[in-house]
Amino acid sequence: MTAVLDVSGLKTHFFTHAGVVKAVDGVDFAVSKGEIMGLVGESGSGKSITGFSILGLIDPPGRIVEGAIRFNGEDIANAPEERLQRLRGNRISMIFQDPMMTLNPVLRIDTQMIEAILAHEKIDRKSAWERSRDALGLVGIPSPEERLRAYPHQLSGGMRQRVAIATAFLNKPDLIIADEPTTALDVTIQAQIIHEAQKLTRQTGTAMIWITHDLAVVAGLADKISVMYAGRIVEQGGTDDVIDHPLHPYTVGLLGSVPTANQRGARLFQIEGMTPNMLALPQGCAFGPRCRARTAACATQPAISDVARRRLRCFNPQALAEVQE
Amino acid sequence: MTVFIIRRLLQALLVVVLMSVIVFFGVNIVGDPVYMLVSPDADQDDIAAAIARLGLDRPIWEQYLLFLKGALQGDLGNSFIFGEPALQLIMHHMPATMELAFTALMLAIVIGIPLGLYAGLYSESPLSKGIMAGSILGFSLPTFWVGLMLIMLFAVELGWVPATGRGDTATFLGIQSSLFTPDGLSHIFLPALNLALLKISLAIRLTRAGVREALGQDYVKYARAKGLTTRRIIFVHVMKNIMIPVVTVMGLEFGSLIGFSVVTETIFAWPGMGKLLIDAILQLDRPVVVAYLMIIVLFFIVINLIVDILYSLLDPRVRLQDQGA
Ligand SMILES: Nc1ncnc2c1ncn2[C@@H]1O[C@H](COP(=O)(O)OP(=O)(O)OP(=O)(O)O)[C@@H](O)[C@H]1O
Ligand SMILES: [Mg+2]
Repeated sequence: MTAVLDVSGLKTHFFTHAGVVKAVDGVDFAVSKGEIMGLVGESGSGKSITGFSILGLIDPPGRIVEGAIRFNGEDIANAPEERLQRLRGNRISMIFQDPMMTLNPVLRIDTQMIEAILAHEKIDRKSAWERSRDALGLVGIPSPEERLRAYPHQLSGGMRQRVAIATAFLNKPDLIIADEPTTALDVTIQAQIIHEAQKLTRQTGTAMIWITHDLAVVAGLADKISVMYAGRIVEQGGTDDVIDHPLHPYTVGLLGSVPTANQRGARLFQIEGMTPNMLALPQGCAFGPRCRARTAACATQPAISDVARRRLRCFNPQALAEVQE
Repeated sequence: MTVFIIRRLLQALLVVVLMSVIVFFGVNIVGDPVYMLVSPDADQDDIAAAIARLGLDRPIWEQYLLFLKGALQGDLGNSFIFGEPALQLIMHHMPATMELAFTALMLAIVIGIPLGLYAGLYSESPLSKGIMAGSILGFSLPTFWVGLMLIMLFAVELGWVPATGRGDTATFLGIQSSLFTPDGLSHIFLPALNLALLKISLAIRLTRAGVREALGQDYVKYARAKGLTTRRIIFVHVMKNIMIPVVTVMGLEFGSLIGFSVVTETIFAWPGMGKLLIDAILQLDRPVVVAYLMIIVLFFIVINLIVDILYSLLDPRVRLQDQGA
């Protein structure tokens, strides 16, 4: 399978008055056609900035300082704005976290969907309108004609996010970046939306990056998982491998904080300490100060290496023997 | 909507009645108009006759009730000086003031909004900083001083336009105005600019603040992620949002333009209501002062009502709430 997207050595830094925030600091991953990758990490780990970097939507004081973003073979890191604009919403779509904030409050749904088509294709409004209506139908919105005439505030949060998903699929993109699209919604709606999104990716062969802080969400959705911590990928592998046998102590911690049916009543595990200050990262492994498996070796920055069918950035993998049996 | 309008009209009625009391009693405290009207060598009998003729011998509450009775029939009393009905006098001077205020409002919109848009989009550029500095001057320099400077520069030094008076008028679509003749336009230019200065500054600041706020909103980033052109994002997504507060405030300012025109009309000898008011105050022509103030109150009420309706038409979120009410 050829990769739709191949990100290597990506570094996106923000040059603020207080210092350089290395929001993304050497990230590698690849996504193939029809593949769903979960990008997981705590708040502030650099997931959104990774997504925005791919779309070329990093505003000053931030910029991509290093690395390549190969999209269908073409390096689009720091590509000219006109080129990026033609890709955005057309070949690469993005769904944002908060459906309340992303749709323009004073424009009708039809306006906001049709413009996404007309920005990239010379077709008449009527065909664009019909395609928008059909897209709304595909994501399970009842009476789409009526919804098209509505303003965003007239729709529920779940409806709005469905509109955003339908919009993302309008131009049959090669890649969709979904940035925590269900975090703001309640659990049942969340499950429905994940189901719709998964169905559509399978049908259209679109590659997808699903950003979330919740490993449970991607466990049933993604083909592979990249776990991010403080701007770097610390563990990357097939979903089953990562979920069933996490190697990085941080992944173990994330999994421990997911509630499951058979540990009802038990206290949820919490990763100790606070998310790191991106302006004053510790020497060596950024997770070191919070890590239970910390050793003297962790005072130096661990390199990423191939271990047991995955990529790992850790000197002390957890339960490694078990995996290698 | 109907309920809303009826409620507003009742509130308006209360305001008008209250204002009539304040204005009527207030004006009756200052000065004695009789001495302005009788000849210096008039004796006691002449003065008593004049007082009786003007109805000033009655108790003040009786005078007020008489005024109210007349007002209900559209009679706001006769001018002491001209002997004409005060209302007729004001109506006669109103078109000149209206065209001045209207032109000033237009200037504020066509100059202020584009400058504010530029200053908001390129807030770091030297030109933007210049625009903002200019708007501070526009706010803080006194109108009469700027008016004199404008006369000195454009009328006296450069001699481009006349300094005082209203030019030729022509009738177009049933409206008689100096805006329809070249001579009229050359006359209105300076006073309108003078009157507009404060509002231009206001429009600049409002637009700039709105643009800056909108640019940070998720819906702008989302619009960019859809691959829309910068032009569409600014002129549809951003402008449509910021026009709501700008139109509201500028509309409300129309009333204050009419009020402020008192100063401008005096400097430029513009034959409008403002000039009439100043003359009436100097001559203690009470009925004209009272009638003027009542008309202004009515103006403000009507303008507020129109702006409220306009606002609800522009903002879909307000529209919905009204349907519920
Ligand atoms: N404009 C900016 N200026 C400075 N720092 C920034 C800027 N934008 C983001 N950052 C920093 O980049 C880091 C990564 O941010 P990012 O939004 O990618 O986090 P995230 O993983 O998406 O978190 P969340 O789950 O909260 O969305 C954060 O530490 C943040 O403070
Ligand atoms: Mg984020």
